[in-house]
Amino acid sequence: MQLFPCPFCGPRDETEFHYGGDAGNARPDGTQVPIDRWANYLYLRTNPKGTTREIWVHMTCGEFFVMDRDTVTHKVLSSAALGGERAA
Amino acid sequence: MTRRYSALSLFKEGLAGQTGWRPAWRSPEPKPTYDAIVIGGGGHGLATAYYLAKNHGIARVAVLEKGWIGGGNTGRNTTVVRSNYYYPESVELYGLAHRLYEGLSKDLNYNVMLSQRGMVNLCHSTAEMEIGARTVNAMQINGINAELFSPEDVRRVAPIYNFSADARFPVFGGIWQSRAGTARHDAVAWGYARAASRLGVDIIQNCEITDFIIEGGRCRGVQTTRGAIRADRIGMAVAGHSSVLAAKAGFRLPINSYALQACVSEPVKPILDTVVLSPGCGVYVSQSDKGEIVIGGGLDRIPSYAQRGNLPTLETVIAGLLEMFPIFGQLKLMRQWAGIVDVVPDSSPIIGESPLPNLFLNCGWGTGGFKAIPAGGTLLANLLATGKHNDISRPFDLDRFASGRLIDEAAGSGIAH
Repeated sequence: MQLFPCPFCGPRDETEFHYGGDAGNARPDGTQVPIDRWANYLYLRTNPKGTTREIWVHMTCGEFFVMDRDTVTHKVLSSAALGGERAA
Repeated sequence: MTRRYSALSLFKEGLAGQTGWRPAWRSPEPKPTYDAIVIGGGGHGLATAYYLAKNHGIARVAVLEKGWIGGGNTGRNTTVVRSNYYYPESVELYGLAHRLYEGLSKDLNYNVMLSQRGMVNLCHSTAEMEIGARTVNAMQINGINAELFSPEDVRRVAPIYNFSADARFPVFGGIWQSRAGTARHDAVAWGYARAASRLGVDIIQNCEITDFIIEGGRCRGVQTTRGAIRADRIGMAVAGHSSVLAAKAGFRLPINSYALQACVSEPVKPILDTVVLSPGCGVYVSQSDKGEIVIGGGLDRIPSYAQRGNLPTLETVIAGLLEMFPIFGQLKLMRQWAGIVDVVPDSSPIIGESPLPNLFLNCGWGTGGFKAIPAGGTLLANLLATGKHNDISRPFDLDRFASGRLIDEAAGSGIAH
């Protein structure tokens, strides 16, 4: 069992967490959004092999946060509370 | 050159002391140019090369594999072949694959050990039976034979299932496809490799793509660990690593890569002669020809390129297995592994030209690529040869994510993914 660090609760079992998508994938704003930008936001993913920056939710406390992680080694590099990350 | 496999050749070799066998496929040095390059020496890539040569007469083809052929998901699946999908587009696609599988051993002159032992998707409640009836109806309307099983029918094909009164997931019936079954996964890769090689295809292993050669906005070849190789038509069939190659080509795909685990027990005497899937338990099971119980379940829920799998998912799968078949509590697990699968939001594959012209995609099969190998190969070969979709591949183009015409087969796998 891997432990993931919740910024609010500390290290907890991986089964308590749920993946929430790429960090920084901001929702397009405005009324004149081209169709490709919607597809880009809704569906296209970077899906890197190696280090990645992701949104996760700790389901037991309900808090969303950002986690830097390696998708090959599964090593967690850092985790932090969301601070305007989605609008970045 | 490899001779044709037959009872006669076996007999002759017996007389000659088994000294005349040749390697099943050639391993030539890569040439500087080809008519077409296929990236990925798994089932889909090898099948693509075979159908390019067989259906389209294009034999100056290289299959480039970074490791060894069939060493990725082709060697890591649970060998189930079926076509019990819901939407007409999917039925056309998986129906094509299923029909080709039925003639594959003869076509390739290589025994892929297709065993059409039938498969039952269990229903555990009245509501699930209603969905089961709807699925069976949809399959029949689309021309795929299916039956709605009663509890007695399920008991007939899987008598060792947990039918006790206190079972957590009691059996209300099931969806039965009698043509479903299993095939020998390695044999599918090796059979396509041998047949393609006989038609002139170069199979090049230990050859990793390091970059694409892009000239005038079009893909003109690849840089590899064994030098530059050029072609004006390039197909990629690299499953969970599709996003990695897409990044080199300068675009993104609607794919997340996850680990999908499976495991086998020690071999035991014949006890289960069909494929059983329980959506409630999140597990599907069959028995291999060697006697191993082959166990598959849901995805690891953590995006990953680690071909090993996490323990909590394995625990969930084994718990589900024991709920389905308490008798398997005595089994010893022999091996456990994981493959990296390319999961797409609508759980349907992506087949078509990529945003980089001349580069064509066959990816996004997610948790169910093995059953689709003959179709994936046929369709990618058609795209590489003609540059155009046919009616079967058209709905699966990458453009569906912008147009919104998704083909949502999330239920098609039978397991929550």
